[in-house]
Amino acid sequence: MATDTLAPPMAMPGVRIKSELMQQRVRAARWFLLPMLIALAVVAGWPLLRSIYFSFTDASLNNLYGAEWVGFNNYLRWTTLDSGKTVYRGLLVDPKWWGAVGNTLRFAAYSVTFEAIFGMIVALVLNAEFKGRGIVRAAILIPWAIPTIVSAKMWSWMLNDQFGILNDLGMRLGLLSQKVAWTANSDTAMTAVLIVDIWKTTPFMALLILAGLQMIPKDIYEAAEIDGVHPVKQFFRITLPLVRPALMVAIIFRLLDALRIFDLIYVLTPNSDSTKTMSVLARENLFDFDKFAYGSAMSTLLFLIIAILTILYIWLGKVRFDGGDR
Amino acid sequence: MANIQLRNVRKAFGAVEVIKGIDLDIQSGEFMVFVGPSGCGKSTLLRLVAGLEDITSGELSFDGKIVNGLAPSKRGIAMVFQSYALYPHMTVYANMAFGMQLQGGGKEEIKKRVEAAAELLQITPYLARLPKQLSGGQRQRVAIGRAIVRDPKVFLFDEPLSNLDAALRVATRLEIAKLHHDMHNVTMVYVTHDQVEAMTLADRICVLRDGLVEQVGTPLELYENPQSLFVAGFIGSPKMNFLTGKFAEPFKAKTIGARSEHLEVKSNGSGLWKGEVIHSENLGSDSYIYVNVGSDEPLIVRENGTALHQAGDVLSVGLIEGEKLHKFDAVGKPFDA
Repeated sequence: MATDTLAPPMAMPGVRIKSELMQQRVRAARWFLLPMLIALAVVAGWPLLRSIYFSFTDASLNNLYGAEWVGFNNYLRWTTLDSGKTVYRGLLVDPKWWGAVGNTLRFAAYSVTFEAIFGMIVALVLNAEFKGRGIVRAAILIPWAIPTIVSAKMWSWMLNDQFGILNDLGMRLGLLSQKVAWTANSDTAMTAVLIVDIWKTTPFMALLILAGLQMIPKDIYEAAEIDGVHPVKQFFRITLPLVRPALMVAIIFRLLDALRIFDLIYVLTPNSDSTKTMSVLARENLFDFDKFAYGSAMSTLLFLIIAILTILYIWLGKVRFDGGDR
Repeated sequence: MANIQLRNVRKAFGAVEVIKGIDLDIQSGEFMVFVGPSGCGKSTLLRLVAGLEDITSGELSFDGKIVNGLAPSKRGIAMVFQSYALYPHMTVYANMAFGMQLQGGGKEEIKKRVEAAAELLQITPYLARLPKQLSGGQRQRVAIGRAIVRDPKVFLFDEPLSNLDAALRVATRLEIAKLHHDMHNVTMVYVTHDQVEAMTLADRICVLRDGLVEQVGTPLELYENPQSLFVAGFIGSPKMNFLTGKFAEPFKAKTIGARSEHLEVKSNGSGLWKGEVIHSENLGSDSYIYVNVGSDEPLIVRENGTALHQAGDVLSVGLIEGEKLHKFDAVGKPFDA
């Protein structure tokens, strides 16, 4: 009883057979991966490389193929004036760009934080047993299933300063002293965008967390009940550590989405400097302002920023994608 | 150190009644085993005692105090689950210390108790490991250790051995028996579907069937004087031989029963029944001979040593001198006549 002795290791022939089997599996895995790698190379790899290339040229929309190599000029260039003063130009010293970076990071931080908190609450509720749980689970996905363009337009009407229902409600209930132009006012534009995004993507977060919650065996909670764990403590000492792997993966999905946010802001608050994100600004330069090379430089930096943040997150958060640390 | 009293305890899940009125007294310091076929309500009954399920009606009291509405953590119980139910993200030490930490035990005191329990169960080398780094037997010992650290008045075991392999099951069974001996003041309630576990561990066994108590008694009482056909068939391995119809008529009974270890081959042909050997099982120390005497199921006869009879041999089988035949009436109640 004292020692559960393990079986002695297999003799050498057994090991060899296993490694042959392993090799066969690795070969099979490579073949199965190949189609996906090809598809990724075509739809993601090539456009990415083209964007990076254009960012080092003077390409414009009507002169894509005759573009000439200009090195890092789109990123940073300087001229020394006769007065001896050096003037810097380029993306790296463009206040509009850094404003957009700030907007994007602020948006990502707030939206992902609130979505994680609300998503967790919704998931905990849905994880409890009650009548009609199946219907509620399906219903809660609706905001996420509506195309962003539709929900953005819907919300922009609800937020409308003259006819919007939110202003009307606020006035009637005495919460607002005057009607607010939510999307147009630079003080409230970001808040409006955040509200809509949180409304829209909390269900997605909730569903991912719910999947994690359902992996936790029920008997652990019974053991906790016998140990006399207070529900709040139960959440922080048992539920949260056990759902953490799923939560971390859910957050990274949302973080990637939030850092690339484009459609919602483009529809809800067009042309507002207080909400313009990296993606919106890049598209504006690429197509509206005909600064294709400059827009490509923005896209390249956007890619780098997202890549660095993601790597940092995975590294610092010790995220594992293989189903957690159980 | 607690007397447990159940008075007409019932439990229904929706419209389905699972526990149908149970009266039972479990003495302080006793090892009580609930045994029965699957679906008989034995686990539910244990969970009612634990407080993990609400009692629909009836009274449950510990030492005369009604505890129907008391939270599990306030009942002075500890429970060992079939699936161990260890906290997967905590080390063995943390698993065992968790309950005490929550109750605000002193650090030194916790350390002392955890280490003592670990010593007792010989899991000291694994204290820093996570449950997933342990084997099934080690995990079960951690689960038992966690229960010991709580220093409960009542130990509850819910089929603790059914996830272990045969050899480990026997070893852990011994360990639990030893534990009961060492902690002689602690009441233990143990659920199993395995009558061998019940026989070897229990001070008293409570046989449950379909939500009702079939019989309560010491293992020997149940073995020697089963109060129903069901108990007679459930306790003992192999199952008691039952004969009905024309085999029972000469004894003025509806059913007669004889344990295989109480039967022998009569070489002089003076047995009660005669039949052909259809199969024999050789276990080394003893063997079981299946004899077709014309009843629904073959008669099983135990013999010492290895079987000397081949399939096809015709044998005369009778009771060993001094052993009795169990007689049951039409409703399955035993009678002596």
